Amino acid sequence: MASRSDFGRRVELALGSTAKRANIARAMYGLQHKRLAAFPDRAALESLRDAGEAIKRRALARLPELLEQLEASCRRNGIEVHWAETVEDANRIVLTILRGQGARSLIKGKSMVSEEMELNRALEHEGIEALESDLGEFIIQLAGEGPSHIIAPAVHKSRHEVSALFGRMFPDLPRREDIEGLCATAREILRRKFFAADAGLSGANFLVAETGTIVLVENEGNGRLCTTAPGVHIAVTGIEKLVERMADIPPLLKLLTRSATGQPITTYVNFISGPRKTAEKDGPREVHLVLLDNGRSRMYEDPELRDSLRCIRCGACMNHCPVYVRLGGHAYGTVYPGPIGTVLEPQRTGLDRLGELTEASTLCGACGEVCPVRIPLPKLINRLRFDAVRTDGGPTSGSGRRRTGREALIWQVWARVHRSPRVYRLWLALATRLRRLAPRRIAGWSDARELPRPAARSLHALARERGFCDE
Amino acid sequence: MSDARERILARLRLVPGAAPPAGTVPPAAPEATIPPTERVAQFRACLEAVRAQVHVAPVADPAPLLRRLVAERGIRRLLYGADGPLAPVLRAAFAGVDGTVLVPYDASIESWKEDLFYGIDAAVTSSLGGIAETGSVILWPDAAEPRLMSLVPPIHFVVVAAGQIHATLDEAMRVQRWAERMPTNALLISGPSKSADIEQTIAYGVHGPKELVVIVTA
Repeated sequence: MASRSDFGRRVELALGSTAKRANIARAMYGLQHKRLAAFPDRAALESLRDAGEAIKRRALARLPELLEQLEASCRRNGIEVHWAETVEDANRIVLTILRGQGARSLIKGKSMVSEEMELNRALEHEGIEALESDLGEFIIQLAGEGPSHIIAPAVHKSRHEVSALFGRMFPDLPRREDIEGLCATAREILRRKFFAADAGLSGANFLVAETGTIVLVENEGNGRLCTTAPGVHIAVTGIEKLVERMADIPPLLKLLTRSATGQPITTYVNFISGPRKTAEKDGPREVHLVLLDNGRSRMYEDPELRDSLRCIRCGACMNHCPVYVRLGGHAYGTVYPGPIGTVLEPQRTGLDRLGELTEASTLCGACGEVCPVRIPLPKLINRLRFDAVRTDGGPTSGSGRRRTGREALIWQVWARVHRSPRVYRLWLALATRLRRLAPRRIAGWSDARELPRPAARSLHALARERGFCDE
Repeated sequence: MSDARERILARLRLVPGAAPPAGTVPPAAPEATIPPTERVAQFRACLEAVRAQVHVAPVADPAPLLRRLVAERGIRRLLYGADGPLAPVLRAAFAGVDGTVLVPYDASIESWKEDLFYGIDAAVTSSLGGIAETGSVILWPDAAEPRLMSLVPPIHFVVVAAGQIHATLDEAMRVQRWAERMPTNALLISGPSKSADIEQTIAYGVHGPKELVVIVTA
């Protein structure tokens, strides 16, 4: 077999990390149970999913005009709206805002879009400190790692690893091993940072076109601190986070928190509709909203792939994915892991480079079953597999680049055999009679599996014998 | 960056078949129905499940209960909104109380940030009511009761009128006409600050208040 790909090497590494795998699997099984308990009434869940899907479909159907409405509403509220086609553009916009403020430090709430932008690296390159304040993000930033899950970024680490990490990074602070103690340590360190930060950055869970509102969902309070304590708040998010009306928020919120962590609601739901008004005594003096495209408008062009833009980033698909649960997020080597990552990332980066991810799926369907907005994830994974080998081009970059002559030939023969009953019967006769000639090993496939051997008599023959009719 | 705007919108507009499906009405999300008589109990149960403390006062005046709760915690400096709806009640309640000083939030944050971050023991705010389904307190911070009151001090006391506890968020948004008059900042608070980022185990008091004390008045 050809030499291992990068993905293959990461998978091997992940499978060999027993402790990390145990941490991830334990957390994922816990999240599966919590989600199940949060939706006790199956019928209610299904109608809630119908509503969630319809809201996002409606918003996407009118995306360009709603984006303009959002921009106008934000302007009216005093929020400055910026548009970025690429992550480089988005980083430049954030940098320009920070420079304009003379800001030397940025405190960040959790934002996957900022991970997509690799914002921290871009800012540090320019001499601006970017500090993560979400506990999980803070931990992995200290460890120099990326998030392994979009909701629980440090889920691969145990309390003992976190304690050792804090001990190494903050040797002057008392060493704690318990989780409450570790939280207290993080609180103390980050309090000072919240107090001193020049600017704050957040993502957005939802944007409301009608009112020009940024909706942020969180438990720790760090998101509120980032968006309230510093003089400037910058929100970075994808253009697909938009909904039409404020009335769309309650059902989506319910779906988001229950699907993600089984909570009926998060501790804080923060609706931001503008900077500090004249008489107000706190809140940022400037609020900026950066709308990032980065391939989203290309996904929008394809009626099938557009469904991936409905995602509300709850993480339920990865929590329930048998592949993700066994590998963890780092093996994917992408910003978004799991089923949704398998659909988004090859579209963002190209099937030539990341098409292999689509093969790391059994198409078991769990992701599609739990998705709160009914994204047909298995269908999309299959569609991208097809795009990766099609010869007539496709909307996604790198389409057709995973096609190999041998595989194509095998499938052509397979199709030919199954198209003609006569050829099929001949093939069946040969396969059963010459079954001893069937190969015992096929490189790659039989490394970890037993090859099936053809039976002495075909199912057709057995059925006929028992009186079943062919027709 | 207006070029980027034009290019993004142009790409989106080009898409055939993405035009609005005229007149499609989405299915309404199922709404929980909680009779008014059960709202306080549900509100309380949800909040207590996430370690908030809920005290139901038999009267409309939160003062006696608040005075006791503040004294029990040994709070020395209690932040309040000098122009907020609770101000007269609070000033009367704590006049002559030894050991507790009412600190007004009456200047912009820049002029007293350090004191707010490190010198305040607790804050007390009013609210716009609550949500029974999720055990959430609705806050619209404003000039009289600014945003950081419910966020920076380690303890947050909040007064909720029982009659303003709505069944669901959807109902609260409709009754309070959110869409027509969104404030700078609207908040739902459902418990003290917490995190499950380490081992998916919940720990309380991460960045926001460690204690949320809800006083429900008649």
